[in-house]
Amino acid sequence: MTGLADHPAAAARSSAPGAAPVSMAAALNQALAGALAADDRVLVFGEDVGVLGGVFRVTDGLAARFGDGRVFDTPLAEAGIVGTAIGMAMNGLRPVVEMQFDAFAYPAFEQITSHLAKLRNRTRGRVELPVVIRVPYGGGIGGVEHHSDASEAYYTHTPGLRVVTPGTPADAYTLLRQAIDCPDPVIFLEPKRRYWATEAAALEYDARAAGDLATARVRRRGRDVTVITYGGPVATALEAAEAGAEDGWDLEVIDLRSLAPFDDATVTESVRRTGRAVVVHEASGFCGYGAEVAARLTERCFHHLEAPILRVTGHDIPYPPPKLEEYHLPTVDRILDAVARLQWDDEPDTHA
Amino acid sequence: MTAVARPAPDSRAQGSRTRRSLLPGDQPLALLDRDGTPTGQDGLSMPGPDVLLGLHRSIVIGRRFDAQATALTRQGRLAVYPSSRGQEACQVGAVHAMRSQDWLFPTYRDTVAVVTRGVDPVEALSLLRGEWHCGYDPYARHVAPQCTPLATNTPHAVGLARAATIKGEDTVAVVLLGDGATSEGDTHEALNFAGVWNAPVVFLVQNNGYAISVPLAKQTAAPSLAHKGIGYGVASQQIDGNDPAAVYAAVRAAVDAAASGAGPTLIEALTYRIEAHTNADDAARYRSSAEVQDWLARDPLLRLENYLRAAGLLDDGRAAEVAAEAERTAADLRDRMSAEPRRDPAEMFRHVYAEPTPALTAQWHEVEAALDDERDGAGA
Repeated sequence: MTGLADHPAAAARSSAPGAAPVSMAAALNQALAGALAADDRVLVFGEDVGVLGGVFRVTDGLAARFGDGRVFDTPLAEAGIVGTAIGMAMNGLRPVVEMQFDAFAYPAFEQITSHLAKLRNRTRGRVELPVVIRVPYGGGIGGVEHHSDASEAYYTHTPGLRVVTPGTPADAYTLLRQAIDCPDPVIFLEPKRRYWATEAAALEYDARAAGDLATARVRRRGRDVTVITYGGPVATALEAAEAGAEDGWDLEVIDLRSLAPFDDATVTESVRRTGRAVVVHEASGFCGYGAEVAARLTERCFHHLEAPILRVTGHDIPYPPPKLEEYHLPTVDRILDAVARLQWDDEPDTHA
Repeated sequence: MTAVARPAPDSRAQGSRTRRSLLPGDQPLALLDRDGTPTGQDGLSMPGPDVLLGLHRSIVIGRRFDAQATALTRQGRLAVYPSSRGQEACQVGAVHAMRSQDWLFPTYRDTVAVVTRGVDPVEALSLLRGEWHCGYDPYARHVAPQCTPLATNTPHAVGLARAATIKGEDTVAVVLLGDGATSEGDTHEALNFAGVWNAPVVFLVQNNGYAISVPLAKQTAAPSLAHKGIGYGVASQQIDGNDPAAVYAAVRAAVDAAASGAGPTLIEALTYRIEAHTNADDAARYRSSAEVQDWLARDPLLRLENYLRAAGLLDDGRAAEVAAEAERTAADLRDRMSAEPRRDPAEMFRHVYAEPTPALTAQWHEVEAALDDERDGAGA
């Protein structure tokens, strides 16, 4: 697996050249520590997040530093974790809870969709629930079944939730700090296959400088095609852009960061400029997040488009066993193949 | 591989909670029998005269409110109304046992409890009127929004109570649920979290015998619903839920215990819903009129009145005063509910996020433009 920082494009754009390399897991850990230190109302809890420091070690050392009154293990019950977090937030605290893996968050789905997402609306804004649900998500780590789901669309389809996913360590730090500060509930999806990728970054949080949480970033400027992606495949798309450059394609890569709300302005501007777009994600394509992106872009950029918007996604299958996942996850080759099919010579795309 | 040291079997088997009885007694606790005669049972303390008169007043007013809400539904003023007639001992007894700083977590059947807590009746009925999902400010009277997906309010109560402990506040959460809700997973997770955290929370199960149409025998094989507490280390009691004095005394004792750090209590109150599930339900399909008649004879108001009159605490004059107050309250509700409900489509978009997103603002403008067209068309 190639880490993001291995890419010249990523390294060159690093937020702090000369700063020490930091992994995404370490950046998330520092974000939690920073939030716990900055605000007494912040709590961190979930399964194995205390003494163990989380199965991915994202909460490593936090219980020792902040005490088990603020960082603690709970019973193994995800609906209970999210349900009690809702009650705590009603009483003025700011819980940051961990769902151990994507597919293990499903027992909490009712609490998330029926209550966490809706209580502000139900009470005309009187009940505010600043809860962050951290979900290590997606594949690429050789996990056995139920450990690799890309579950974003379940949450993005639910009004009232913010859904955020970082693609780089520096973003992981800033986005998590912003999510904890946010008055809305945030589903914070951590692409677990990028936990150990490093980037030279000085991790400092300035709420004002961080800007709007719902802002996409152009990771690589390009003229020919806009590749729109998020989370785990951000690094894959940047790799594809480097490889594509050798074939003469100049790809622009957008990292959405915030899946809900969606940053129409940044993405629309890019696609109107390039005239072509490919959406890349790990989750299954059918009714997937990319369908929404393609529809929005068609509505907003129709007269600028030179070709239909294509999607490179996981197949419409249950997540495969680890020995087969390389055939499921979007790859550099699949992204470049989609780019090649964008009707450069007025030939209709026979794949679509 | 090194063998992992395992705890001695007895250290794992022994729970930390031995201070209070985790199992209910053989008989439901009661202070007044069905005729209003004191039972003389141990285990609960008879509330004082002022408390009993307060319960009486609120039950009379609550029952009149309930009847008015049912009438408003027949007139089309409410979309639906799940009556709690017959369950007033629980609705009123639990609320009177709470202190002002405590929090109530009600369900859709607990509107009488909500108004007894002091929420404006018109605001309380906003949900069932179809005006807004929760019409009142939960923080004003410490009443959570009425919860429709059953049992899902139980972990909220535990979380709010746990937060109070973390913040060093003396607050107890009282969550209302029914017999059907005890089968939901959330109830079990909430009891477990409450036990592990020793949270200041009271679970009051109003066991009215039916989850819409499904009788208790199809809901559980447990000896009682109060037996569900021991598995989570939660002290449990079963009480006569049609005895207002017993409900008040049990909830008050549980609130006091929680406030003193003794942890959560599960109370199963045996009661009965006299009306159908809602106006849209036909109860004759699943229960006999003889059964309903039998429960009418155990009426919570009748037995409290009998006791108060026998004790010389209530006379015709006071009873008439209370009845007149209930009539005035119902008339006021009727008048206010005859006004057209507030309808502001912009509100649909205003409270989805702290700040409306550009996309939501655009959607509202579409609705607004359509409304303008409609108005212009009507004016033309």
